[in-house]
Amino acid sequence: MRPPTQPHNLVLRIAAKMLIPPILMFALYVLFHGETGPGGGFQAGVIFAAAFVLYALVFGIGLARAVATERVLRILASLGMLLYVGVGLASLFAGANFLDYDVLAQERLEGQHLGIFLIEISIGMTVAAVMMIIFFAFAERGVRR
Amino acid sequence: MLFGIYSFLTASLFVTLDAVDVAFTEAAVGAGISTFLMLSTLALTVPREKVRRKRNVIPLLVVTTIGATLVYGTFDMPYFNDPSAPLHSHVARHYIEASADEVGVPNLVTAVLASYRSYDTLGEVTVIFTAGIGVLALLGYRKRRGKS
Repeated sequence: MRPPTQPHNLVLRIAAKMLIPPILMFALYVLFHGETGPGGGFQAGVIFAAAFVLYALVFGIGLARAVATERVLRILASLGMLLYVGVGLASLFAGANFLDYDVLAQERLEGQHLGIFLIEISIGMTVAAVMMIIFFAFAERGVRR
Repeated sequence: MLFGIYSFLTASLFVTLDAVDVAFTEAAVGAGISTFLMLSTLALTVPREKVRRKRNVIPLLVVTTIGATLVYGTFDMPYFNDPSAPLHSHVARHYIEASADEVGVPNLVTAVLASYRSYDTLGEVTVIFTAGIGVLALLGYRKRRGKS
């Protein structure tokens, strides 16, 4: 599907093209660096979604929908929740309390690292997907009217 | 528009308060996404409010009761800067002193959010997930109808 051509927004389109990769990269940095620096899963998910929102605003919803389809977003959001609960159940089955990461690896601190890492990823997935779901739901409703 | 400016100002305020992660969230959600949602909601609605002749007593009662209960609840809150408040005397000290040994993560905020208070964070993620489902249920239905 070809995008609706918008020849007047040249500056906007070039600026968005230059900005979006760094935004996505920054989101991943915030996600994976959350243990040592500021940030975490929630912030990373929101920033990741903001990049998609910017893309959809500048290049049109149709093109953004080619990547972030309804199905992908729903699966992503649910998968994040499942991963979170799964980590909790894994620690439960390993003989500790729900979401007690000590038993996830051989070493106690390693288990904590692994647990926090997985939790942050799952939060990021769910938050990013839900933010995009909400955005697209509003945006497409507006287009249809 | 004003909301967006306000959010950006708040984000810079958070940066000066050394709460960079809150500033991230404020800038991305407050300035970016919620401004857009506000505008698109305005686009979805009609400019005139529907006038209702009937008086609604029950909603007023519910709102007043809940509001009064909440205000009553604030009377039990500790005074601002009270050193014996539960915030300062309960588990915060333990988190600050022991998190390096127990969790081993340099960022204390991450240690509290993702490890000590993981159960609460699970609840937060569930709330966000539920919000997504709610929006889909309210707004996404007609779209699928039209497509098939």
